[in-house]
Amino acid sequence: MWQQLFGDLKDHSFAVVAVAVERRGAEHVRPWIEQAKAAYWCLIDPEHRVASLYGMANVPRAVWIDERGRIVRPPETAGSTDHFRNMDQKALTMSAADQAARDAGKAFYVNAVKEWITTGRHGLDAPAAREKLPRITADIALALAHFRLGVWLRRHGAVEEGSRHLAEASRLHPESWNMWRQSADLEAVGRAAGPEFWARVQALGDKPYHKPPDLPGFPT
Amino acid sequence: MTILTESDEFTVDAANGLWLAAADAARVTGWTLKPEGMCRGDQCVPLASTAVVAGRVDVEAFWRRLGNPVLCSDERETWVLGAGAEERNAALAGLMAPDFTLPDLSGKPHTLSDLRGKKVLLVTWASW
Repeated sequence: MWQQLFGDLKDHSFAVVAVAVERRGAEHVRPWIEQAKAAYWCLIDPEHRVASLYGMANVPRAVWIDERGRIVRPPETAGSTDHFRNMDQKALTMSAADQAARDAGKAFYVNAVKEWITTGRHGLDAPAAREKLPRITADIALALAHFRLGVWLRRHGAVEEGSRHLAEASRLHPESWNMWRQSADLEAVGRAAGPEFWARVQALGDKPYHKPPDLPGFPT
Repeated sequence: MTILTESDEFTVDAANGLWLAAADAARVTGWTLKPEGMCRGDQCVPLASTAVVAGRVDVEAFWRRLGNPVLCSDERETWVLGAGAEERNAALAGLMAPDFTLPDLSGKPHTLSDLRGKKVLLVTWASW
């Protein structure tokens, strides 16, 4: 998704850093990364360190960082929309209209990044950026500690004990799809997008799964 | 025993819970034992008299005193010294992008701050 943008902007001082949030490690994501034929950094984050540092609770999330290393747009969806919620959950197919709407969201977002790189538009000043930062609660901080311990224990053979800490992390931080879906995936590949996932999405009701990025004119 | 912090993993010699030699406590926490307590830069946090014995520090008690999460495995062989909510929010509010080093597919490490001078789009994704 980002190679085209990166190529288009190659004359600008611009870098893309794509981070795979993946406990299973490099070999598991190699096919996706090789298919992307990416000329930018594609990094592997088995411990969810970036999510922890930036307070991200879902994927895909994007952060804009300026030349001085300052956050000018805190984590937000990288153009993903909620149209997938209408899909046929057995066949995993979307209507043509929903697909078009989803693609329009991504295209809009990519264009916004392009405007930021070329003109500075959409970059936020410090007060506006601060306003949009995630708020980390004591429960979330504790959930992150349980997640860290759970992942480590599973990796070192203590599967049952590790799973207990992962479950506690999700209980303390139920909004984190990253924690719940990574844990489900570790139980069984596919479970992160299985019936339990859909039940959790359903339970959101009117709440968004991907809150639209706050960009004027973003198609929803 | 093993101690996990936000971005590191340490193997240390500990006794009776998380009592560490002062040098190990400094290596793991970044705080140094001084007569006034545990100190980092010009900041010192006093310790209860029961939390320092014969040059060893009760790091669990100290970390809780900072308001940060502490967890351990059932066998008390693996510990997490987590970053607390206050520290996390303060770090983000500074707006400096938190730095990290992660490997690419070939295992080569890359550090975010090496890209200083460029605009950076940092994006996450997952296969699941």
